[in-house]
Amino acid sequence: MDAREENNVKAVRRSKEEKKLLRKQIKASHTLLKHEGIHTAPQPTRSLVVANGGLGNSVSREELSAALKEMGEMESLLMPPHKPYAFVTYRCEESALKAYTHLNGQKLQCGESSVMLYLAYVSSVTHEEEASVPLPEGLVLLEDFVSPEEEALLLAAVDWSSTNDDVTAQKALKHRRVKHYGFEFRYDNNNVDKDKPLPAGIPAECLPVLERCLRNGHINVMPDQLTVNQYESGQGIPPHVDTHSPFEDTILSLSLGAKTVMEFRHPDGRVVAVVLPGRSLLVMKGESRYVWTHGITPRKFDMVPACEQQSPDHVTPEPGTRSNLTLSKRGTRTSFTFRKIRLEPCRCAFTSACDSQGASSTPSPSTPPPPALPCCHADAARLEEEYVHRVYDAIASHFSSTRHSPWPRVCHFLSSLPPGSVLADVGCGNGKYLGVNPEMIAVGCDRSSALVQICAERGFHAFVSDALNVPLRTASCDACISIAVIHHFSTEERRLAAVRELVRLLKPGGHALIYVWAFEQEYNKQRSKYLKDHNKEHHGKENLTKNTSEDRREPHGKSAMQNSGHLEEGYEPVDKKQDVGKVTDGKLSVHTNRTAFNTQDLLVPWHLKEGKKQGEEESGDGGKRNKRKEKSTKVLTNQTRIDSNPGLSPGFDASMSPGLRLDTDDATHSPDSKPSPSGTTQTSSSHLKSESESHLTPVFHRYYHVFHQGELEQLCSQVDGVKVQSSYHDQGNWCVILEKD
Amino acid sequence: MKLLTHNMLTSHVKGVTKGYPLLIKATEVKVNEVEFNPQFVSRMIPKLEWGALVHAAEELGHRQDLPGELVQDFEKNEDFLKKVHRVLLEVEVIEGCLQCPESGREFPISKGIPNMLLNEDEV
Repeated sequence: MDAREENNVKAVRRSKEEKKLLRKQIKASHTLLKHEGIHTAPQPTRSLVVANGGLGNSVSREELSAALKEMGEMESLLMPPHKPYAFVTYRCEESALKAYTHLNGQKLQCGESSVMLYLAYVSSVTHEEEASVPLPEGLVLLEDFVSPEEEALLLAAVDWSSTNDDVTAQKALKHRRVKHYGFEFRYDNNNVDKDKPLPAGIPAECLPVLERCLRNGHINVMPDQLTVNQYESGQGIPPHVDTHSPFEDTILSLSLGAKTVMEFRHPDGRVVAVVLPGRSLLVMKGESRYVWTHGITPRKFDMVPACEQQSPDHVTPEPGTRSNLTLSKRGTRTSFTFRKIRLEPCRCAFTSACDSQGASSTPSPSTPPPPALPCCHADAARLEEEYVHRVYDAIASHFSSTRHSPWPRVCHFLSSLPPGSVLADVGCGNGKYLGVNPEMIAVGCDRSSALVQICAERGFHAFVSDALNVPLRTASCDACISIAVIHHFSTEERRLAAVRELVRLLKPGGHALIYVWAFEQEYNKQRSKYLKDHNKEHHGKENLTKNTSEDRREPHGKSAMQNSGHLEEGYEPVDKKQDVGKVTDGKLSVHTNRTAFNTQDLLVPWHLKEGKKQGEEESGDGGKRNKRKEKSTKVLTNQTRIDSNPGLSPGFDASMSPGLRLDTDDATHSPDSKPSPSGTTQTSSSHLKSESESHLTPVFHRYYHVFHQGELEQLCSQVDGVKVQSSYHDQGNWCVILEKD
Repeated sequence: MKLLTHNMLTSHVKGVTKGYPLLIKATEVKVNEVEFNPQFVSRMIPKLEWGALVHAAEELGHRQDLPGELVQDFEKNEDFLKKVHRVLLEVEVIEGCLQCPESGREFPISKGIPNMLLNEDEV
């Protein structure tokens, strides 16, 4: 490893960079102090904080440790989960000094990417030890339950070569492939047809394993249904509870091949991540089977205890090992889920989650299926209410915090208006365009009262209104803007009505600027920022229980997609479905953030950032928060990052500690998406998918109709008394300037 | 809600033909000092419905002695501009409601923000 390390640490341009380095360092220490309460020490000590050298930056313990070890004997290396930094303590101060001298401002190669390390002395290294989190009630993990030989035999028993055969009901799902034996599990109703057994029963190869389960008392009756799931690296299954009525209490899940991390979530918000090693058997009974959801986040890396190999117990790691984590790359994992068909209704004690006892067949933590495209006015209004208005209200402050920079071409339009012009910003969001030209008389409106509140706090003139019925006098405005609003209307008729309403407000000779999100995210060979930035995603923080592991995205770019795929995508779970994903029967599909569009009408996920600090602050004042955020991003995240390696962004941001995150992420489209046009507010219950089960990363879905080239012009041409003065493509948006006759 | 906003707002309830100006029923009014910019105010005046502004100021007890008719050469009348500045930008309705003069429909103002959303049957 020595030779290799040498290569790992490369000198960057030196001398002229010194000042810059110092600046960065100062910024980094400010950020650490401000957001993490870490005090850096002016004099050398034995301990250093290594900014950017954290798991949150996709730096693995092995890589960092290799570089640090070259500088002297280490006493400890702490890598807190999700954080963009690590702490190293050397046996002596000289080693620390050496590390500081040689590594500060240097790039560390990790995998295919690299990060720029910034070091600073700290007087002490503390980290909270988390109390160990117990496994969900009723859950048992048995390691090495099958031998490698049995594993091979079992894997060989599954024939994946045929596709969609009727004998075993094989299906390729979006995020994994499955085969059913005994009975087919139907993803459309999350149930089984008890009177329609499949031709193929449970393969004989499984019998010795099942008999062992019987003998050891893990089950008391032989299962008659088997679902085999195969997950490639980066795949997963949404959180779900296996429907109560079709299956008996105990569910066995045998993990073969690569290890993974399964997350269990209680409706009260508890989250327990459990490492499932290959050849282990997971037994779910009682509360863990009936109430807790379980799922596997699609990602390519998991955060697991560094000492895992030695640790006999995956569930309760030793105390104090919390920061002793590293990244584990996922491989292909095959799981065998054995269940016993239930013949009588379920009479469990968990009635609120029990479909036999009146609970909706999809227990609480699951998500309703995606809506279909509306075919009448009332449907459209309902769809927008749920998938636009409520969402914006719910995400208002986070949304607002991601919308601090006005778009240059919108600003240009505003700045070119004569002083004293009256401007209406219909769908003004957090009001970021209301102050662009202080010589204008600007008023804004939005459907979201939460966003309007932010405008008011900033001292802007704003009111709550729908974009289809704006309570402003006809012909009272010299200019109107509608930025990222009209794409939230779900029928052409309503989009047209929104344009008409804007035009109504204009005085003769007045101008309206309209931006809508473009289907074409690549135009004139240029990819929009939205696609390019697909590095932002983020991560909710989980209750990293000890040994549990957590995730991490892939080091490089793809992760974003991956990640955002996470809760929202659709795949069906073994049982209850939770995702809104697929495009079935005319239902809207869920977009994968930062990828090209496949369809014009879709649901775009918004991952609400979390982190307590954030949350609290969030409701407060948008303005301040923005600043704070901006800053943090710059400092640790982007800037450093960018300098260190422009190509690499993805993944990174996110990684920064959840509390610091900035924004962006997902959803937004580029420029700025504004909130709601029409709609407004309240809280979104609708689609937050997993909100109840993890408060960690609630995901909301907003409806969009993305415009094809020419469609916006065509729409505007249907409005009398106005002409399209110009139109253009701006960072993934179609834009027109209208002039009223 | 400042009176500048009020001056632009109108009732948009279905079927209403004379929805302007909205009546103000305030339960809490605040006056916040805002930096005076005479040029900005003079540019704003021609854009206003003067009668509606005076009426609204009257309703809130902040008319001062603003004339019912717009004065000539107001650009040079700093005292006048200051009064307009005050009613337009400094007087703010924090709680109360706006009422449609024709239908009587009330739109709540809460935390200074008018909520002009209509119900389904009003559009």
